[in-house]
Amino acid sequence: MKAQMHSATLLAAGAAAIAVTLGSAAGAGAQMPEGAGNAKRGEAAYARYCVGCHGPQGDGRGENAQWIEPKPRDFTEALFKCRSTPTGTLPTDNDLYQAVTRGFVTTNMPQWRPLTVATREDLVAYIKTFSSKWRTQSPGTPITIPAETPLTTASILHGRQVFQKMECWKCHGPAGHGDGPAASTLTDSKDQPIHPYNFSTGTRFKCGTTNADLYRIFMTGLDGTPMPSFADQLQPGEAWDLVHFLRTLQPAHSPEAEIWALYVRAHATELPAIGPDTTTTSTQ
Amino acid sequence: MHTKHIASLAFLAAVAVVTTGALRHPSLPAGSISGTVTYTGTMPKMKAIDMAKEPSCAAQHKSPVMTESAIAGPSNSLEDVVVYISAGDQGSSPGTTAVRYDQKGCQYQPHIAILQPNQPLEIYNDDKTSHNIHPLAKANAEWNKSQPPGAPPLKETFTKAEFIPVKCNIHPWMHGYFAVLNTSHATQSGEDGTFSLKGLPPGKYTVTAWQERFGTQSQEVTVGSGDTPKVNFIFKATPY
Repeated sequence: MKAQMHSATLLAAGAAAIAVTLGSAAGAGAQMPEGAGNAKRGEAAYARYCVGCHGPQGDGRGENAQWIEPKPRDFTEALFKCRSTPTGTLPTDNDLYQAVTRGFVTTNMPQWRPLTVATREDLVAYIKTFSSKWRTQSPGTPITIPAETPLTTASILHGRQVFQKMECWKCHGPAGHGDGPAASTLTDSKDQPIHPYNFSTGTRFKCGTTNADLYRIFMTGLDGTPMPSFADQLQPGEAWDLVHFLRTLQPAHSPEAEIWALYVRAHATELPAIGPDTTTTSTQ
Repeated sequence: MHTKHIASLAFLAAVAVVTTGALRHPSLPAGSISGTVTYTGTMPKMKAIDMAKEPSCAAQHKSPVMTESAIAGPSNSLEDVVVYISAGDQGSSPGTTAVRYDQKGCQYQPHIAILQPNQPLEIYNDDKTSHNIHPLAKANAEWNKSQPPGAPPLKETFTKAEFIPVKCNIHPWMHGYFAVLNTSHATQSGEDGTFSLKGLPPGKYTVTAWQERFGTQSQEVTVGSGDTPKVNFIFKATPY
């Protein structure tokens, strides 16, 4: 009887523990309300988890920083890559919360899902204390992302034209391998060398995993890097077309890649090359 | 009692009229500060820019394009040094006309644009290639926008005074500046190093000269009515 109760208790405890973990994970998908964090509590968490890379002054010069590339974010500049807000504006608390939760793939910034939702929110509040810009400016207004347009061959073809016309290939390369003519000389805003994203490396990127995350990247730009905002140049429909095309550059069996593979099998020779325009003379 | 009251009021009114009139009175003309900017030491060599990676721009230049970070003129003069009133400014006019900044032949024209906070800036892409405009501001917001060929001009403003380096990430040789200054009394030295700041009411001014490699120098000068004091700046040039 005692043993049975003991097992039952263990099971219950185990289930509860799993529920708590799942709860944290489920919380990670949730949005952080603006202002939800407590900076004072965040300070203790920062000293435990973040100071080694981001430094006691939040300037990205922690003792680990000298050995890692890319360098940790300098919070004193209040300049962030992954935002839902226009270029040149501050991100929302939720943007920072998603960044802490998701981490930055291909960098030393891990996913901080093991921390509770409350701890991550407190960290967001605390890192904002490193720059006075947060006291003088409000975050930008998040851009409106209209509903995704239907995924069709025409959409991908048009996205390919956008990739050519907006000259994405100049940095990202004609096949998105990060080997465009301008790629080797790119530097970030601290004059450190930086690579353009190589689409063939996978399906995750620093600012997320979904099509909406991709959309946001080029419609808000990655501040502090060479990646500009194309918000002034692209209509939402074109932007979704570009998203659909970009997915075909990634090595995965995405719906976009499947449709594109079918098209290319029949029409590969009809596609104009991506790259410098060799049909017109350069003296025009 | 009543008469005295009116008399003092009249006196005060007269004083007010004379005082305000004095500021605009044509017999107290504005002065100007002028001078020359020169250098001592060894100037850095300007380098020829290789635009082979952008054929549509390379084709626009018949002779080699040189970098522009320090330009010397005859008799050790320094060209394009920004000279402006940094303190004690009076009689400055608000900046309302748009300042134009062109990307032409994969170069910024002018190399340095002078404007005031909140003055409209219009950025044009005259080339056959995309450019991205990336003002590396610190006091102002740092933004980065793409501008393909044929796109309409970008209209931007800055809210704070700052010397902002500007770059294009696609074309790493492109360097320029936005000199956002809290005064309309700002100019750049000419080919012979001379400059002139006009329309200065009588007062004590601080004149500052800024050269992108050699730094900043300031001098104080008092301008009496109609005076044209001379202020010269000598920068120490270093080859690196």
